[in-house]
Amino acid sequence: MQNIWLMLADPNMQWIFLGCTLLGLSSGVIGCFSYLRKQSLMGDTLAHAALPGICIAFMLTGIKSIGLFLIGAGAAGLIATFGIGYITRNSKLKQDAAMGIVLSGFFGFGIVLLTLIQHGSYGNQAGLDKFLFGQAASMIASDVITMTSVCVLLITVCTLLFKQFKLISFDPGFARGIGYPVAFLEQLLMLLIVVAVVAGIQAVGVVLVAALLITPAVSARYWTDRLGLMVVLSGVFGAASGAVGTWISASVSNLPTGPVTVLAATLLFFISILFGPQRGLVAKQLMRNRVKQRFNRESESLAKNSLKKEAAL
Amino acid sequence: MSQTKMTAKHNAKMAAPLAIHGLSVAYQKKPVLRNISFEVTEGELVGVIGPNGAGKSTLMKATLGLIPSISGEVLVYGKAYKQQRKLIGYVPQRESVDWDFPTNALDVVLMGRYGHLSWFRRPGAKDKEFALECLNKVGMADYANRQISQLSGGQQQRVFLARALAQDAKLYFMDEPFAGVDAATEKAIITLLQELKLQGKTVIVVHHDLATVQDYFDSVLLLNVELQAYGPTAETFTQEQLQRTYGGRLAFLDRSIQPLSISEGKGE
Repeated sequence: MQNIWLMLADPNMQWIFLGCTLLGLSSGVIGCFSYLRKQSLMGDTLAHAALPGICIAFMLTGIKSIGLFLIGAGAAGLIATFGIGYITRNSKLKQDAAMGIVLSGFFGFGIVLLTLIQHGSYGNQAGLDKFLFGQAASMIASDVITMTSVCVLLITVCTLLFKQFKLISFDPGFARGIGYPVAFLEQLLMLLIVVAVVAGIQAVGVVLVAALLITPAVSARYWTDRLGLMVVLSGVFGAASGAVGTWISASVSNLPTGPVTVLAATLLFFISILFGPQRGLVAKQLMRNRVKQRFNRESESLAKNSLKKEAAL
Repeated sequence: MSQTKMTAKHNAKMAAPLAIHGLSVAYQKKPVLRNISFEVTEGELVGVIGPNGAGKSTLMKATLGLIPSISGEVLVYGKAYKQQRKLIGYVPQRESVDWDFPTNALDVVLMGRYGHLSWFRRPGAKDKEFALECLNKVGMADYANRQISQLSGGQQQRVFLARALAQDAKLYFMDEPFAGVDAATEKAIITLLQELKLQGKTVIVVHHDLATVQDYFDSVLLLNVELQAYGPTAETFTQEQLQRTYGGRLAFLDRSIQPLSISEGKGE
């Protein structure tokens, strides 16, 4: 494995490294809200739904560019969310089942299109298959610039609308009551998730990009009881995972970035669930032991006291 | 509901805190509320009573515009409720939110200030001070920094009440604030209701416990899809009206109605 500093000496690598770190950061931030709104799987659905959108965008234009893919994936994501909404409203199916159906349907369609593209005569289709698991090394400067602007956009919106996003995540009914345009804010949040997902697809891949939304957020929840800090931590965890993923995948030949990034995020999750203060499993066990000891000590001294009293009598 | 021209004129000048005309709500095909009309007098504590599925919460949510109504008009101090949002405070049912949310009691109360803040403004020192005051009013000042999942059910309810106080409204809606709370909280809520009344505020409360209706409310609104009766508690909360509202479902009615005959004399 290549030394990280050696790798970073390569200016091209610096760009990619920066892009992936920023991607992890923004996904982590926006993921907090989707996790707290109990829509963790929405990111996964949107990511899988993005694949046919990207394929169609490529088939229509023959150009590989994140900007165009964003439009295709955004449109597909929109159709997918409408589909989920339509199914849950008009049938007895719950949202998880509706998501499962839509997710796999879109993904299947995407794979079919991807195969068609592979065997087609586009000339520059090479690398499109990398979208399944991601290949950070295949990024070019313009991609990194797009990712950077996406990151700036996401973080700016989340900072400006922090109190709105907090309120619609905690108590949407109350938010509506004080006149917040809840439907608009929900759509905006969804749009930001689509943007994060699409920006992340090239680096992390369709299959695993959702992990960057869920895992850092869940891990961050173990370290704090304050939303502001949780969002920051989640961003840091996401950034760290992205950085590690890029580094390892760039140094080991042909290793896709997505799985490594996700493994890094998962490792952080295990550390969090074990060692998080208060909520972590270790902290909980220690607390339980302490309570047990105190209880035993107290009941012991109570028993002694009553013995003494009996003796005195 | 006979209105002379005199009172109509008076209403135009000093519009009622809440006036609802012909409000109907339907889920799917079934009507949940049919043609509800009533007007609330300023400074009153109004209890909304009715059996399960009578549409009590629905009435409250439709009034606040949280769910769509198929017909009807809601006026708050003479204007459409949308223009009067800052005059309205709302206490939703406690179960409507996830209390494991990463935030503390003070922060939840601060949410009551959001309606008064401009779009990109964060709550400031003054808002925090006011929120603390509101927590103090419900006896929760010591719990300001407590993570909300570590509060008891009653304490969570009081945090919600404090949040509504922080809205600094004139007309309050409370959806079953007494549901499943401990005695301390029940007492805190009643004290608070009385204080709000003293300040000339109007409070509309969805209520479940028939035994306490006469002690708590100036007026009652009996609801079962349609408006069954509305008026001063002493005149409206009668066995006959309750029987009509609850149908055959109120076997314990005879016992719960017992104190009615005693308290009938103390009406205004």
